[in-house]
Amino acid sequence: MEFIKTENLSFYYESEEDEIQFDTVQNVLDGVCFSVKRGEFVAVIGHNGSGKSTLSKHLNAILLPTGGKVYVDGTDTQEEDKLYDIRRKVGLVLQNPDNQLVASIVEEDVAFGPENMGVEPEEIRRRVDKALKAVDMYEYRLHAPHKLSGGQKQRIAIAGILAMEPDCIVLDEPTAMLDPKGREEVISAITRLNREQGITVVLITHNMEETVDCHRVVVMDKGRILREGTPREVFSQVEFIRRHRLDVPQATELCAKLQASGLKIDKLPLDAKECIDLLSEVLI
Amino acid sequence: MIRDITLGQYFPGNGILHRLDPRVKVLMLISVIVLIFCTFNFFALSVVVALVAASVIMSKVPLKLYLKSMKAIIIVILITSLLNLFYGTGEAIAQWWIFKITQAGIRNAVFVAVRIISLVMVSSVLTFTTSPTDLTDALERLMKPLGIFKVKTHEIAMMMTIALRFVPTLLEETDKIMSAQKARGADMESGNLIKRIKALVPILIPLFVSAFRRAYDLAMAMECRCYQGGKGRTRMKQLRMHGRDFAAVAVVAAVLAGVILCNIFL
Amino acid sequence: MSTLLRCDNLCFTYGKGTPFEKDAVKNVSLDIRKGEVIGVIGHTGSGKSTLMQMLNGLIKPTSGAVYLEDADINADKSKLRDVRFRVGLVFQYPENQLFEETVRKDISFGPRNMGLPEDAIKERVKRAAEFAGLKSELLDRSPFDLSGGEKRRAAIAGVIAMDPEILILDEPTAGLDPMGRDVLLSQIEAYHNARNNTVLLVSHSMEDIASIADRVLVMNKGECVMFDTTQSVFSRSAELEAMGLRVPQITKITTELRKRGVPLSEGILTVEQAFDEIRAILKKEGRI
Repeated sequence: MEFIKTENLSFYYESEEDEIQFDTVQNVLDGVCFSVKRGEFVAVIGHNGSGKSTLSKHLNAILLPTGGKVYVDGTDTQEEDKLYDIRRKVGLVLQNPDNQLVASIVEEDVAFGPENMGVEPEEIRRRVDKALKAVDMYEYRLHAPHKLSGGQKQRIAIAGILAMEPDCIVLDEPTAMLDPKGREEVISAITRLNREQGITVVLITHNMEETVDCHRVVVMDKGRILREGTPREVFSQVEFIRRHRLDVPQATELCAKLQASGLKIDKLPLDAKECIDLLSEVLI
Repeated sequence: MIRDITLGQYFPGNGILHRLDPRVKVLMLISVIVLIFCTFNFFALSVVVALVAASVIMSKVPLKLYLKSMKAIIIVILITSLLNLFYGTGEAIAQWWIFKITQAGIRNAVFVAVRIISLVMVSSVLTFTTSPTDLTDALERLMKPLGIFKVKTHEIAMMMTIALRFVPTLLEETDKIMSAQKARGADMESGNLIKRIKALVPILIPLFVSAFRRAYDLAMAMECRCYQGGKGRTRMKQLRMHGRDFAAVAVVAAVLAGVILCNIFL
Repeated sequence: MSTLLRCDNLCFTYGKGTPFEKDAVKNVSLDIRKGEVIGVIGHTGSGKSTLMQMLNGLIKPTSGAVYLEDADINADKSKLRDVRFRVGLVFQYPENQLFEETVRKDISFGPRNMGLPEDAIKERVKRAAEFAGLKSELLDRSPFDLSGGEKRRAAIAGVIAMDPEILILDEPTAGLDPMGRDVLLSQIEAYHNARNNTVLLVSHSMEDIASIADRVLVMNKGECVMFDTTQSVFSRSAELEAMGLRVPQITKITTELRKRGVPLSEGILTVEQAFDEIRAILKKEGRI
């Protein structure tokens, strides 16, 4: 059973006016059929302007389709009176961690969502503590966000969504503005949420190394879905990935080159460890 | 650097003033401000000064920080005191050209200086001991009765919260933009007034652009978190009055009475 | 190659005399030669950004000195602006500093501050836009109408237009997609080759550094802990990892294989090099 399903989703800006100056790239969608199962960890990759961000904003009704349908847990996102139901089921984390924190104290910020939903005070307290612990930021609950690192701020933003107890979290390039350490913190936090709490995760990114552990990778370009499959299936097509302005891990690239020049390799490696194991078997 | 401004910055702590109900603190501040301007003789003034000094000590915030916030307005104090010094009526003690100093003038100058200093000190006590969120929270709740006059109290409080949250971020950004323009040879330190104002353009435009972009992002983030105005909203932190809050109110009330008595009888 | 910029025992302490006092840079001494490309790595808070801002006099060292061709840059405050024209600094997310009505005007901001005549400014804008890969029809557009990648290039052109002898770029590829990153890096390389100026590239991407740098400067906790050729720095992967830094994935793979006895060279930096060496081994053994 699909938790999120888009049917022939199309989106374009009606007029120049609507095209907010802040996203000058024309992100349009052109007949996207995308679905996510409950508990799944899906990565959507594509270069800037491929439409992946626009897709993410349709999953919790921030944008509404100009053609086709989006269903969240069976509800059409165009049903206006279900808007907040949809947003509490699917939380969206944005790219810039600085611009999505509302309050000057970490725990107050995390409480913002449940407060808006009218949750009882004791229950908010419980959810805030739980959410902060889940992203490993509990000890920073009384800090001011502007003094934290990018990775920490982004984890607070995730906790803010978690406190609404959603079924699914969509992250729109959450690591694009972070340093490697921040990236790792954020990716391991969301991987843990998926594995331990069964939360459905949709990760939008162009950093291929972040997608190695997910269940399914979806490749987008020009507002369409080009290909999907397990990370191994997708990354094995080195030429295809390259052609669509994306990266493959160096480990995969090296072995694909060796494969092309005649070395027999059954399973292309995705990370350094797999590559070392494979090549030491071949070379030693 | 711009980032070093301390006026109106929270200093985390666990003293008695930190733990007071923020609503009580705001009301106390208002009554002390009224008090400061209702003191007409030295006795009443010294009672107020004693109260302000006591609250500064009880705040357990380093005196250095108070002095730092004082530094920003020292010129205001000097100018107003000087004006008062020369505008007294009565017999001149000293005179030079059109300036004359009278006893009343000296008295006014001292009063004004002490009043402004007390005002800044006592306001700093509030902002040092109360987190910005507590402060806006208290204001929102205190303003609630204004709701019957169609004043959008929740929206005002929300705007204050967001402003407080983004002040440090934008200050940091200003710093960065200034450095970046300096790296391209922008000269902000020399030239006449017009030239200096012109030199601000390369800083202000990027700053506004960035502020709008942030506002756009933030609005979206708030929508993602089901924000729909004040209706049906609950709060995680409930404000409850404790014994210490009533005690604080009592102390301020006593001082208020004392000052009124001083004003009448002395 | 002759020394162009020299740092002598450079120190910087934030908030000196306050309870928040923090050493951002400690005793950094180094020589930067004319015409080399230096990669600067270290994680956030390692002091690399502070160090870069000391090199063009935006931050004045608490102690120690920076010499540009043997002249202390902080000796005469009125000459500091000239230093900034010679040591160009592109900040992180430089597109946030665009402010003029047109891209052309924005790029000419630097040259105009230098007091150049109009036709020289025009020439410089044209050349800088070319180096940055900006199409000439974009020059008369508002910088706010450009795409993210174009804005970035316009901002970089604004510094290149000053024709600095040393160009410092603080994370020029942050937030770009892989294609945008590759294009920008190759443009920087082309610019360097054409002008033969010195380039300092601060980056978190070891792959970027490996592909472009002659030497690598490693900052850790405010100190310069390594400053050597790219190969030798990246062959010290254990030390780098202890500081929380990575080496390029390909270097990690080949270093480990070498340790296990595969006859590969030390400090392999690119996939091409690794591929060539491994293919040669396989060929020799008749496996392919």
